[in-house]
Amino acid sequence: MKKLASTLPNMILSLGVITIIASALLAWANSVTAEPIAEAAKQTRVDAIKDVLPAFDNDPLAKAVELNVTGDGNAPFIVYPAYEGDKFVGAAVEGYTLNGFSGEVKVMYGFDAAGVVHGYQVLSHAETPGLGAKMNEWFRMEEGNRSVIDKDPAQVNMTVAKDGGAIDAITAATISSRAFLSALRDCYQAFMTYKNDHSNE
Amino acid sequence: MNKLRIIYNGLVVENPTFVLLLGMCPTLGTTGSAMNGMSMGLATMGVLICSNIVISAIKSLVPDKVRIPAFIVVIATFVTLLQMMMQAYLPELNASLGLFIPLIVVNCIVLGRAEAFASRHSVVDSAFDGIGIGLGFTVALTLLGAVREILGTGCVFGLQVYPETYGSLVFVLAPGAFIALGFLVALFNYIRNRS
Repeated sequence: MKKLASTLPNMILSLGVITIIASALLAWANSVTAEPIAEAAKQTRVDAIKDVLPAFDNDPLAKAVELNVTGDGNAPFIVYPAYEGDKFVGAAVEGYTLNGFSGEVKVMYGFDAAGVVHGYQVLSHAETPGLGAKMNEWFRMEEGNRSVIDKDPAQVNMTVAKDGGAIDAITAATISSRAFLSALRDCYQAFMTYKNDHSNE
Repeated sequence: MNKLRIIYNGLVVENPTFVLLLGMCPTLGTTGSAMNGMSMGLATMGVLICSNIVISAIKSLVPDKVRIPAFIVVIATFVTLLQMMMQAYLPELNASLGLFIPLIVVNCIVLGRAEAFASRHSVVDSAFDGIGIGLGFTVALTLLGAVREILGTGCVFGLQVYPETYGSLVFVLAPGAFIALGFLVALFNYIRNRS
């Protein structure tokens, strides 16, 4: 077949038809994938909540509460309360800090009903691989004072040893460790605020 | 043209990474591990095959003066489709490849093959060219990812080969990507010139 000549009507027609087909195709794909994408995002969140909390049987996403903790005008922290029957078993707090070595670190902490750290998950970060990036493993290790698990932030000073705290910083990644622990303190504050607001329920 | 010859051409003679040195951005950015490198290679290969086929099929309907925007629209459509599918069904892989998936649109390999091959050859030949070049890219990225992963962390595809403490961190970071790539290009061309 002979190639179409580059006349204006030909060019408009050709590009027009191509873009219309492309957008129709994308609109179809968008409608097909919108639900699985939302589902996948929700599933990641639910998995993280399950991981950081003791056993519960409600849907924590349904009762999520947003709280402004850091007061710097950015996105709020989100508290996901968990219940077993009517008993409050704790809450997962999704928080962040902007003081990571390479910007924002998003974390999720789980506190049991008494406020003791039950678990945590680093949701996203851009820390240096091999150094700050170890935060998802480091703060649950048994050695020395690395672990933050099963400690009550009301009693244990959640800052790095260098700053007079009770937690060992990641070797060669003090800034990442400080960021991680400051996020922990902020999340704890969000948790306590939530708990005090809902203590008579 | 012989189909095997086209694949051999993409894999060895015109290997996009080791010979043409095209698409360096994803090559250096996603090869922190063998798995990421391979996923990126396969994603690019998928887009390349689809875009080659479509561009070859519509080549006589596209006037010369608007061929580049037309090709880019075709490529961008396939990349967006791929990204939606990955977000929906492979969210973890999508998170680890991040921004590099939408960047396939501007990968010069894809547009380069559209312009240099698909717009001049038959649909079937273009499909085989997509497979060949895609394989070449995938093999190169997997190799580079494996080398960086093993030197940096002592693992290949997540399997521990030697203790991580002996790994040297530089290979996981960007400078190590350049160093490893340089040596692999040298090695590849040495072998290619001898045979």
